[in-house]
Amino acid sequence: MEKVLLKNAETPDSHTVGAYETSGGYQALATVLRDYSPDELIELIKESNLKGRGGAGFATGVKWGFVPKDQDLKKYLCCNADEGEPGTFKDRAIMEKDPHQMIEGMILCAYAIGAETAYIYIRGEYTLSIQRLEAALKEAYDKGYLGQRILGSDFNLDIYVHCGAGAYICGEETALIESLEGRRGQPRLKPPFPAIEGLYASPTVVNNVETLACVPHIVTRGAKWFSAIGSASGPGPKLYCLSGHVRKPGLYELPMGIPLRELVEEHAGGARPGRKIKAVIPGGVSAPMILESDLDVCMDFESLAAADTMLGSAGVIVIDDNDCVVRVATRIIEFFAHESCGKCSPCREGLSWAVKILRRLENGEGKEGDLEQLDFLCEGIFGNTFCALGDGAAWGLRRALQHFRDEFVYHVEKKECPFH
Amino acid sequence: MTVESEVSEVSEVSEVSAASAETGPRFLTKEMRKKIEEITGRYPTRRSAIMPSLFLAQEEHGYLPGEVLLEVADVLGVPEVWVYEIATFYTMFNTEPVGRFHIKLCTNVSCLLLEAGSLLSHLEKRLGIARGETTGDGLFTLSVVECLGSCGTAPVMQINKTYYETLSAQGIDQILDELKAQAADAATDVESGSGGREGAPA
Repeated sequence: MEKVLLKNAETPDSHTVGAYETSGGYQALATVLRDYSPDELIELIKESNLKGRGGAGFATGVKWGFVPKDQDLKKYLCCNADEGEPGTFKDRAIMEKDPHQMIEGMILCAYAIGAETAYIYIRGEYTLSIQRLEAALKEAYDKGYLGQRILGSDFNLDIYVHCGAGAYICGEETALIESLEGRRGQPRLKPPFPAIEGLYASPTVVNNVETLACVPHIVTRGAKWFSAIGSASGPGPKLYCLSGHVRKPGLYELPMGIPLRELVEEHAGGARPGRKIKAVIPGGVSAPMILESDLDVCMDFESLAAADTMLGSAGVIVIDDNDCVVRVATRIIEFFAHESCGKCSPCREGLSWAVKILRRLENGEGKEGDLEQLDFLCEGIFGNTFCALGDGAAWGLRRALQHFRDEFVYHVEKKECPFH
Repeated sequence: MTVESEVSEVSEVSEVSAASAETGPRFLTKEMRKKIEEITGRYPTRRSAIMPSLFLAQEEHGYLPGEVLLEVADVLGVPEVWVYEIATFYTMFNTEPVGRFHIKLCTNVSCLLLEAGSLLSHLEKRLGIARGETTGDGLFTLSVVECLGSCGTAPVMQINKTYYETLSAQGIDQILDELKAQAADAATDVESGSGGREGAPA
């Protein structure tokens, strides 16, 4: 597939405004300010059928359309650059290699929803991305793409970088908003949804980096072009992050809906020499793993949902037959227990309880009834937590327990890990 | 500056901090206060400036003792508990002193699958400390962190602000040797050489 989001990635100085303009950058902005009303831009994004790339896959144009049109209301845009889903490194690539692409997408979104202030909430560990964004914003101000009366229009926008400080939960949009307001990153009850009452109780759109980076391309090349790429139900170019036990880990830009098998075996080179693939996590650790025999599933929101997992952040983690699913599941639940914000009991208590049992199994100290207790915990957590963190954790553990029951049973009965 | 002098400076700071409650603000310099005021202009509420202010303070001091939190609250005019809850909720804020080089090794799934566990053992053995500890010379703190977003080049660690990717035990030895040599070289500007001091993200 022709590269879209990564088309400039290999260009020298691809992160600078000069390189971006040479590749046609900021022409979408000029076009929109000249030819589109905000509502027309929202309609264009709706027509493209762009779905959010952060994990939930909500229709971007619809989300923008929820923002009230009332001129007197202050509105905000937040770019969610808090990429923390284990197995995911796509937004980092955009911000390091082509930050203007995302910034232009932000300016277009802000125009569509009538926001004059926008924040980029970026995870604090991403130091190079932060430097590149700060430099890119300065360039954009100097060129008149940001600030007052952008390109001679009556549209004004300021964008600020706000650094997160190591809390995974701040990738959840309402926790992100709480954090930006200077509080602990704990999710809010929805409704009200951010589009109605978000940052500083004002209408707010929170969009992922990759989602926003798609927007200038849709303006330049048209909604029809975009919607014809890959899966009709959620089209467009997509960044897939391949890691774990594959020969060629890395970032791949391919159409939405590519079969997972093609992605893993053809593009990432398949299993390492002498090994066989055992399981694959398709969308970051919040997405349940699937068996090798199910790899023909297509990488889009609907197909993966039908396979009882999700596209999530498209962080594809491959596990081969030389590794232990109990070990992997333990590490994933340790992660979620550590990152639980502590607000609700099922997540806070249930996950730390599950960690104790899983560690016991992996250490050869499993007891009869442990697996049933894990089943019970999954059931008690899933659907009963304040936000999706607990759901993702319990869903993934439940599926691992179902897919690899024998491996879990072995740990209990033999009191040892067959792999370590 | 030698390693020893930096370490002794840290302990001096602790002593000064005990007295600061009586002698007034000591930690936030005039320049930092100016910068904090500038940051507050980005947000409609001063509370939003707590996180960026703490990053600034940590950049300067390496960690955030209680007195710094009080001063940040004072400068922003917000309740102290608002600052304290931020400093303790977010893992990138160090409420305890850390070494000059803060090693943060990722052990999440993608790194785990490529044997980050054995790299952790290697680091512990090589540094003579367990995770969460600082070497006696104040040079290295070893932390285990969650996903650093570098899974395609796993295993990975971050030291202060710099990422080190596709790690091996041998590669780690080389990195540690380089950092030690850098620290031993009094003429070296450690702040730029190590990719910046632990603390602020950029």
